[in-house]
Amino acid sequence: MEIFLFQFLNFDIMRQAWPIIFGGAQMTLLLCLAVIPLGLAGGLVVATGSISHSRALRLVTKAYVDFFRAVPPLVLLIVIYSGLPFAGIRMTPFTAVCIAFLLNASSFYGEIFRAGIESVGKGQWEAARSTGLTWVQTYRHVVLPQASRNVLPDLVSNTVEVIKLTSIASVVSFTELLYAADMARSVTYNTSPIVLAAFLYLIVLWPIVRLVSRLEHRLGH
Amino acid sequence: MSALLDVRGLRKSFGTTEILRGIDFSVAARELVFIIGPSGSGKSTMLRCCNRLEEPTAGQVVVDGVDLMAPGTDINAMRRQIGMVFQAFNLYPHMTALGNVTLALRKVLGKSREEAEAIGLAALDRVGLKEKAPSYPSELSGGQQQRVAIARALALEPKIMLFDEPTSALDPELVGAVLGVMRDLKAAGMTMVVVSHEMRFARDAADRIVFMADGEILEQGTPAEIFGDPQHPRTRDFVGELSR
Amino acid sequence: MTGLERFQDAFLKPELIARYWPDILSGIAVTLEIAVAVVITGLALGLALAVIRSYRSRLANAPIIVFVDMFRALPPLVAILIVYFGLPNLGINISGFAVLWLVLSLVLAAFAEEIFWSGIVSVRKGQWEAARSTGLTHWQTMTSVILPQAIRICVPPLTNRTIAVTKNTALGTVIGVGEIMNQGTSAMSLSGNATPLMMAAVAYVVIFVPVVALGSWIERRFAWKRA
Ligand SMILES: Nc1ncnc2c1ncn2[C@@H]1O[C@H](COP(=O)(O)OP(=O)(O)OP(=O)(O)O)[C@@H](O)[C@H]1O
Ligand SMILES: [Mg+2]
Repeated sequence: MEIFLFQFLNFDIMRQAWPIIFGGAQMTLLLCLAVIPLGLAGGLVVATGSISHSRALRLVTKAYVDFFRAVPPLVLLIVIYSGLPFAGIRMTPFTAVCIAFLLNASSFYGEIFRAGIESVGKGQWEAARSTGLTWVQTYRHVVLPQASRNVLPDLVSNTVEVIKLTSIASVVSFTELLYAADMARSVTYNTSPIVLAAFLYLIVLWPIVRLVSRLEHRLGH
Repeated sequence: MSALLDVRGLRKSFGTTEILRGIDFSVAARELVFIIGPSGSGKSTMLRCCNRLEEPTAGQVVVDGVDLMAPGTDINAMRRQIGMVFQAFNLYPHMTALGNVTLALRKVLGKSREEAEAIGLAALDRVGLKEKAPSYPSELSGGQQQRVAIARALALEPKIMLFDEPTSALDPELVGAVLGVMRDLKAAGMTMVVVSHEMRFARDAADRIVFMADGEILEQGTPAEIFGDPQHPRTRDFVGELSR
Repeated sequence: MTGLERFQDAFLKPELIARYWPDILSGIAVTLEIAVAVVITGLALGLALAVIRSYRSRLANAPIIVFVDMFRALPPLVAILIVYFGLPNLGINISGFAVLWLVLSLVLAAFAEEIFWSGIVSVRKGQWEAARSTGLTHWQTMTSVILPQAIRICVPPLTNRTIAVTKNTALGTVIGVGEIMNQGTSAMSLSGNATPLMMAAVAYVVIFVPVVALGSWIERRFAWKRA
C-alpha cells in the first residue's frame, strides 16, 4: 500500500511537477479552443454538403465522412506530422494537430448535425419558405437551431471525446497536459505526475459526462 | 370454509403519503370479488400487494395458508399460484402468443418444451385463441392480447387470479370477449379478485362487491346490496354517479 | 524526375513495399488480435455490470457508476500510460499488449455498461411486473424478457462505440505494442522513407472503412425499424 501511494499519489512529486503540468494544462486548453470550433465549423460544412440536392456533393461528403471516421486519429496525426515532410510539407506540431482534428472531428460532428437536420420536419422548411425566407435564412434561423437542440447530448458527448483526444498531441511532442506529465514522469521515475494529469482531465470532464448521461436519459424517453 | 386469500391490516405508504390505511379483507375459494372505488383510492396498489409486486409497509397477506411476508416463503413459487392480469396486457413483444404462455412453464415449473407447449396450447384454447399461437402480440387486437395474457396466467394453474382493470384499455367492441373468458373461468370454479369499472358484469357475475375509498374499505356486500341499497354515503355517491 | 515519380519515391516505393509488407502483415495480425480480445472482454464486462446494476443494490451500484464515469471521462492514452509505467514500479511486470488489452477493455466496458443500462431501463416496467407475477426470478426475467428487448435498442450505439474503442488499438504504438502503426513507424525510421507509414495507413483504411460502413448501415437499419 505504501509503495502504491509512493508510486501513484506522491504529493511531493506532484508539487514539484505542478508548474510543468499546469503549463501543459494551459496548452491543452488552448488546443481545445482551437480544435473544437474548427471541428464544429467543419462539421456544419459537412452536414450541409450531406443534405445537398446535388447527388455528387452528397457522395463526396459521404466518402469524406466514412473515410475520416474510419482512420484512427493517431494514424492521421502521424501521417500528417511525420509523413508529409517527405513531400516537402513541414509544419509545427500545433498545425499538424489542428489539421488532423479538423479532418477527424468535422466528420463526426458532421454526422451528428446531419442527424439533427433530418430530425427537423419538412413542415418547418415549408412553413419558413412560405413566409418568404430564403433557403439560407431558413437553414440558419429555423432549421439549425432546432437541429442543434435535438442532438445536443450527442454534440456535448462528441466534444468530450475531442477533448480527451487532444491527449494524442503528446505523440507528436506538442507540450500539452499529457506530454508535460509524461516528461515529469520520465525525470522522476514516478507515475504520480500522470495521475495528477488524470485528475485534471477528470475534474473537467466528469461533470460533463454526468450531464450527458442525464440529457440522454431525459431526451431518450 | 377457510379463506383462500386473507389480507390483514394491510398498509402501504409511498414516501410519507399513506395510500393503504389498514385493509382487512378475505376471499373464499371459488368466490369472485369485485373491487370498485374512485380513481386513486388504492385499488391497484392493494391488488399488487397481494403478490408482492408492491411491498406492503405493514400487515399480512396469506394465500392458501402461506404467509407471503414470512421470511422463509419462496415468493416466486407463490406468485405462479397467483395469476395476475394487467390493464396494459404487458405481453412480451419479442415472443409469440405461445412463447408468452410457455415461458414461466419452462422457467418456473421446469417443464420440457413439448410439455409446456401442450399446456400452453390448451390454455390458449380456453381463451379461444389456439389458432393465434404463432402470432406476435403486435399482430393481435387488444382484446386478443388480453386473452393471451389471461392464458399466460391460467397456464400456471393458479389458485387465484387478480385482474387490474382488464378491459379498460380496450375498445368497447372488444370488451365482450374478455369478459366472456372471465365468465367461463368463474363457471369453472376459479377464485378471482377483479378491479374494474364494468358494472354490468359486476352485477351479473360477482359474488361480492368491495367499495374502497382513500385507502380504506368502506363497505362490502352482494351486488344487490351495494347497487340496490348502499349504506355509506360515499358508496351512494359513487354508485349514483355510475348509474347516471 | 517528375513530380509524380518523386511522390512515388517518397510514399510508394515498390522495393520498400516488398521489403516491409510482412512486418505490416504481422502488425495487422496483432491489431486484429487485440481488437477481438477487447471486444469480447469489454462487452461481456459491460453487460455483466449492467445486469448487476439492475439489482439496484446501493453497495454495488456506487462503485459501478464511479468506474463507468471515470473511464468515460479519462483519455485512454492517459490510462494506458499510468498502467504501463505504474505497474512495473509496483513490481508487476506486464506486457504492452496486456496493458493495451486491459485498458481498452475497461474503456469499452464502461461505455457498454452505460448503453446496456439505458437499454434495460427503457423496457417498460409492465414487462418486469408481468414476468415477476408469473414467478420468474429477477435473473430469469432479465435473461428471458428484458435483455432480448433491451439489446435491440443497444445495437446501434454499441456498434459505434465498439468501433471507436477498437480504433484506439493504434495507441499501442506509444507503448511499443507491435501493431500496425508501430510496424509502420519503425520501418519508416529504418528506411528513412514514408512508404511503410503509408502502408500502415492504408491497412487501417482497408480494415476500418468497411467496419464503419457496416456500423452506419446497422444504425440506419435499426432507426428505420423503430419508426
Ligand atoms: N409507485 C408509486 N409511487 C408513488 N405513489 C404511487 C405509486 N403508485 C401509486 N401511487 C399513488 O397511490 C395512489 C393510489 O394509486 P392506485 O393506482 O392504487 O389507485 P387506483 O385506485 O388503482 O386508481 P385508478 O382507478 O386510477 O387505477 C394514487 O394517489 C397514486 O398516485
Ligand atoms: Mg388502478
